Amino acid sequence: MEKKAVQPPNQRAEKTGPSEDRRWRLVDRTMRLHGNKSHALIETLHTVQEHFGFLDLDALKYVAEQLRVPLSRVYAVATFYQHFTLKPPGKHTCVVCKGTACYIGGASNILNEIEGKVGIAPNETTSDGEISLVTARCLGSCGLAPAVVMDGEVCGRMTPPAVMERIEKWRSHDTDA
Amino acid sequence: MTLTLEDLQGISKIEQDRQEGFHHHINVCIAAGCLSCQSGLVKEALEKEVARRGLENWCRVKGVGCLGLCAAGPLISIEPEGTYYQGVTVADVSDILDALGGSPVSRLDCSAELPFFQRQQKIVLENCGKIEPERIEDYIAEGGYEPLYNALRLMTPGEVIEDVVASGLRGRGGAGFPTGLKWTTVSKAANGTKFVICNADEGDPGAFMDRSVLESDPHRVIEGMAIAGYAVGASRGFIYVRAEYPLAVKRLRTAIAQAERLGVLGHNIFNTTFSFVIEVRLGAGAFVCGEETALIASIEGRLGRPRPRPPYPAEMGLWGYPTLINNVETFANIPPIVRNGGKWLAGIGTEKSKGTKVFALAGRVNHTGLIEVAMGTMLRDIVFDIGGGIPDGKKFKAVQTGGPSGGCVPAQHLNMPVDYESLAEVGSIMGSGGLIVMDEASCMVDVAKFFMEFCMSESCGKCVPCRVGTTQIHDVLCKITNGSGKDSDIALLEELCDLVKNTALCGLGQTAPNPVMSTLRYFRDEYTAHVRDNVCLSGACKIHTPTEAP
Repeated sequence: MEKKAVQPPNQRAEKTGPSEDRRWRLVDRTMRLHGNKSHALIETLHTVQEHFGFLDLDALKYVAEQLRVPLSRVYAVATFYQHFTLKPPGKHTCVVCKGTACYIGGASNILNEIEGKVGIAPNETTSDGEISLVTARCLGSCGLAPAVVMDGEVCGRMTPPAVMERIEKWRSHDTDA
Repeated sequence: MTLTLEDLQGISKIEQDRQEGFHHHINVCIAAGCLSCQSGLVKEALEKEVARRGLENWCRVKGVGCLGLCAAGPLISIEPEGTYYQGVTVADVSDILDALGGSPVSRLDCSAELPFFQRQQKIVLENCGKIEPERIEDYIAEGGYEPLYNALRLMTPGEVIEDVVASGLRGRGGAGFPTGLKWTTVSKAANGTKFVICNADEGDPGAFMDRSVLESDPHRVIEGMAIAGYAVGASRGFIYVRAEYPLAVKRLRTAIAQAERLGVLGHNIFNTTFSFVIEVRLGAGAFVCGEETALIASIEGRLGRPRPRPPYPAEMGLWGYPTLINNVETFANIPPIVRNGGKWLAGIGTEKSKGTKVFALAGRVNHTGLIEVAMGTMLRDIVFDIGGGIPDGKKFKAVQTGGPSGGCVPAQHLNMPVDYESLAEVGSIMGSGGLIVMDEASCMVDVAKFFMEFCMSESCGKCVPCRVGTTQIHDVLCKITNGSGKDSDIALLEELCDLVKNTALCGLGQTAPNPVMSTLRYFRDEYTAHVRDNVCLSGACKIHTPTEAP
C-alpha cells in the first residue's frame, strides 16, 4: 500500500489533470481520499462541478482514467444524475423550485414570465452567457412557497414581477461594470 | 484516551451550569426556512447589540434549529419566558432586548398558546429549536449520547433489538416496514462485514422533515446510527444526503467531526470493542435513489437504478454485504427508545402505528411548517387546528400525502386518524411525511398531471412499464387538461394505471399511478367535466374551446 501511494503522485505531478489548473489538485484529493476506487466516481464529479461549474469531456476523460472506470460509465453517470451539467452555466443562475407546494403556489407562472421576458426555457442559458434558468425538484423550502434561488440565495414567496426585478438588477449591474 | 460516562456527564454539567448562568436565552431559528428570511442578519444584530449594551453575561443569543412555524419566519423564542416572536427584522432588535424581563413586544408576539404549538407531541423534534446544532456540548447537555453509552456498556446487541421490536417502531421513510424486524434480519446475517445506511435522500416534492432534522439536530441521527451499528454488528455507516441540502450537509459534516474528536464515533467507543465511523455521501438529484437498491448502487458510484428484490439489502446490500437501511426520522427515534425503553414508545400512537410522525405542512394552509404529532391524530385537527385553516377564506378541497407515490384525501375523510392503515384504506400512503393542503383553486386533474410529469422524468428507464407507462399516462392527462380528451380516455387511464402498478420493477413505478387513481376515485366529476363539457371546474387548466382545437 505504502509504495503504491508514493509512486502515483509523482507520475501525476507531471500531468496533474488535463491542464495546469490548480483546481485539479482538489479533484485529485477527493479521489485519493476514497483510495482512487471506482466508488469515488460520484463524489469526484461533485468536486469537479463544484470547482469548475460544469463537467467537460476532458474532465470526464481524466476522471475515468484516474479511477480506472470506462469512459462510457462516467458519461452515463454524468448524464443520469440531474445535478450534473455538461454545459457551462451562465454568470447568474436562477433556480425555480417545482416542488408540489411551489407548484400549488404558482411556480409555473414564474417560469412562464421568465420564458416570455428573458427568452430562455429551463436548462437554457441566454446567448450572451449571462443568465441560466434551472428548475429544481424540491428545495425543501415548502414553507416559503413559491421559492426561487437567485445566485445561491433562497428567496421565499416570490412572484413573477419580483423575480423579474432581480433579473433586471443582474443585467443593469453588469452593464454598469 | 477513551471517553467515559464521567467525562460525558462532566461535559453535560459544565454546559448546564453555563446555561443556568444566563437570565435569558434568545433562540434565533437558523434552519434553512428562516435563514432565507434573513434570520442570520437578525442573529448578528442581536449579538452586536447585546455586546454593545454589555449584557453578554446576562443573556445569551443562540442560533437554534427549526422552531416549526416556517410561515412566520424569522422566528425567535425567548427562554425561560417561553415567548415567541415572529417576522423579526434587524430593526426590532433593540425593542426585543428592552422587553427582556418585562412584557413582550406586542407587535411581534406570536402566541405560544396557538394550537400549532400546543397540539404537538415532540419526540424526534424535542431538541429542535432548543439546541445549537453545531455544538455537541449542547446536545450532550440535553442527555445526548447517554443512550449510546447505555446501549454499549449495559445492554447486549440482542437487548437493543428487543427494545426496538417492543417499541413497534415502523420505518418512517414511507413504506412502514417494522424497524425491529429489519434490524433482526441484518443482525442474523452471517457475514462479518455489515453496513448501516441512513437514507436522507428526501426527494418527495413537498417534504422537508429530514432536512429540518439534519439541520437542527444532526447528532441525534448520528447517535441513532451508532446504536444501530452496535445492534446489528456493523462498524461503518453512510449517510446518503441530497446535494440540494447544502446546509444539512455542512452541519452533518461538522457534527461527525465533533463526534469523532470527542470519541463517540471512531475506535473503541466508550472503552468497548465497538468501533463505528460514518461517511457522508452526496446524492446528485435523482429521485429514484431514495429506493434502497438504487441508493446502494449510487453509493457504489454507479447509476442509481433499482434491482429486483429479493435478495433484500438486509441480506445482500452495499458491495454485496448485509446492509441496514433506515430513514433519518427512524434513526432519530432510536436514542429516546433506548433511553426510555421500547414499551414507552409503544404507549404512544394507535394500535398498529406507534409513536409520533413528523409532517411538513405546506400548500394552501395558514401555518405552514414542521410539525410532530402522535400517530392517530385526526386529519381535521392537523389541517384546521395546527395548520390554522385555509387562507383567504377559500374552501378546503384535499390533502395530498406521500408525494408522487401517495394520493389525495378529500374533505369527506377529514375525520380520519392519520396512521399507516387508515391512509392506505382511503387510497393514499403515509409516505415520508409531506402534507400538501389544496383549496378549491386547484384542479385535481392538473395535480395528477403534475405528479405524473414528475414520475415520468424521474423514471430511471430500466423497466418498460414505468418508462413507457408513465409517459403514456402523462400524454392522456395532457390531452384531458387541454380539452381534447375523449370519454374513453378515462377508461384508458384506469387500464394504464393498473398495468403500471402491477408490473413495474420498483417502488417508484408501482406507486406512480397512485395520484391518478386517488383523484379518479374522489374527483371523477372533474375528469368527466374536462372530457365531456370541456370545462375545468376550478379554472386552472387552459382549455381550448372546441372551435379553436385543431
